[in-house]
Amino acid sequence: MSDVNKDAPVLELRGVTKTYSVKQGLFGAPKPLTAVNDVTLTLGRGEVLGLVGESGCGKSTLAKILLGLEAPTQGEVLVDGERIDATDRRRLARRIQPIFQDPYSSLNPRKSIEDIVSLPLLVHNVGDAASRTKAVREILDIVGLPARVMQTYPSQMSGGQRQRVAIARALIMKPEIVICDEPTSALDVSVQSQILNLLGDLRSEFGLTYLFISHDLAVIEHLATRVAVMYLGRIVEEADVAGLFDQSRHPYTQALLKSVLTPDPGMGVPDTELGMEYPNPIAPPPGCHFHPRCPAAMDRCKIIAPLPIPTPDGHVECHLFDGDGPEPVRSIS
Amino acid sequence: MADMATDPLLADITGPTPGQMLRKRIFGHQGLLIGAVVLGVLVLVAIFAPWLAPHDPYAQSLMARMQPPVFLGGSWEHPLGTDHLGRDYLSRLIYGARVSLLIGTVAALISGVIGTAMGVAAGYFGGRVDAVVTFLINVRLAMPVVLVALAVVAIMGGSLQVVIVVLGLLLWDRFAVVMRSSTLQVRGREYVAAARAVGCSTPRILMSEIMPNIVNNLIVVVTLEMAHAILLEAALSFLGLGVQPPTPSWGLMVSEGKNMMLFEPWMVMIPGVVLFVLVLAINLMGDGLRDVTAPENRS
Repeated sequence: MSDVNKDAPVLELRGVTKTYSVKQGLFGAPKPLTAVNDVTLTLGRGEVLGLVGESGCGKSTLAKILLGLEAPTQGEVLVDGERIDATDRRRLARRIQPIFQDPYSSLNPRKSIEDIVSLPLLVHNVGDAASRTKAVREILDIVGLPARVMQTYPSQMSGGQRQRVAIARALIMKPEIVICDEPTSALDVSVQSQILNLLGDLRSEFGLTYLFISHDLAVIEHLATRVAVMYLGRIVEEADVAGLFDQSRHPYTQALLKSVLTPDPGMGVPDTELGMEYPNPIAPPPGCHFHPRCPAAMDRCKIIAPLPIPTPDGHVECHLFDGDGPEPVRSIS
Repeated sequence: MADMATDPLLADITGPTPGQMLRKRIFGHQGLLIGAVVLGVLVLVAIFAPWLAPHDPYAQSLMARMQPPVFLGGSWEHPLGTDHLGRDYLSRLIYGARVSLLIGTVAALISGVIGTAMGVAAGYFGGRVDAVVTFLINVRLAMPVVLVALAVVAIMGGSLQVVIVVLGLLLWDRFAVVMRSSTLQVRGREYVAAARAVGCSTPRILMSEIMPNIVNNLIVVVTLEMAHAILLEAALSFLGLGVQPPTPSWGLMVSEGKNMMLFEPWMVMIPGVVLFVLVLAINLMGDGLRDVTAPENRS
């Protein structure tokens, strides 16, 4: 990998938009649902980009687009400067691999662990049966599973063990990019940290680039180098992880940070001041999509959608920063 | 690496395999075992019919017509009596098992192939394929099976082959419905997405990821449709438009006995009871297979 330019982004999204048409009722006219709206992101080699947002904001759709499982309606995705819609699916599969949220659903219950982990090798015609078995044994060892699990089935394993199998399957082809779609949210808290540490170790060992999707900011802070905050399909703020946690700009990011549970049970569930429920993505609010829930909403937020405003370490989409710099025009407290 | 004996993550991968659990559930299910044993016996009887039948099922003897079975005062020469042409009832029953099982198996096989292909395609590809298949299923469900079968048999003429093909082309609706919904369910699982992300081709995903996870439903529908086809054959034969005489068929035997029903009720009851037992055995097995393979029974 030494001949690759270190500064070139390994993954680049340019104006990616995904619109589904949703039919309401038998005779209802189909309505567009914009799941991902004009997303532009770049990921450098070895970076970990944390993607946070509420359920239904388009995180998983974005992951599917990156994996080539869904085609974007507009925009393009580039891996090493190569458009993925022009790349052969199998070639793409060697570079980008997923780790899914639910290890109870991501492993075929009818297959043995060896069959599951060696499937990528089989599909890509790598080696013969003996060398594939050897590769499975090695990768299982790397993710911390003994070789004897090869003949067992997913139903015999715990959630953490299954997630390790899923990680082994993702890594056996030595991909460059791993899309982790909430890989710990289905696991016990005690197992979550094991899996997160494993993912961190593997990143340094294989030089992996992660896109780490989560709704848990604590997990993002632990693992990510950069963070993108998603709301109703748009990236409303992007920043370095330290910057975001020290000085978040977008009111939505601030609300998310408030929502992180504290270890003290006496403090109860934190009030995010978000109040209203998540808006219907089929009929998003006009202007800034966030304005009905925003504590700092102004008149123009209801009419004009904010444009991305560059900040020293990323961008933010909020009218509060329309002035002449990254500082708020108006205090939002 | 951590010590295997003490690390809780590495220990406890000792539970039974899915195959072992399935075996345990099969042998713990009485209905399934009874159904399987009865069906197995009938299959063996059908296979070894030439050795088991005491007489030629076609041999007529006008001197020995309508002899009662042995439990109604008949002789052991004809344990289940003789019909109105003096043919041995037991031999005709034994050969009739061949007809019923052949029709049940082949019709279920034909409709199974058609229905599974349609249902899996509809469930996996969705969109227009699904719309077309759903439309075809609705068209098929709107047609009364017996009437259509009667019409076709009336035009084509009744024979074993015609009955099998007609039933095979008519009974795929349940296969299509069940396979469509199970495929729809399975294709949303993340292991299918993972297989696609790995670069698997569509045929490989269908054969190695989808099929193994819906085949249990398929087996259940096969048993139900076998019973359905056997009953329909009996109904068609009873109406005189199914298997043609002198072929020994249980439905035909009921039909031939119906004129004598008031005086010799056993002529209708014996083939009726055998038909009942065969269909019951198949249904017991189908129910049992559904219980044994149902996900809610999995630990």
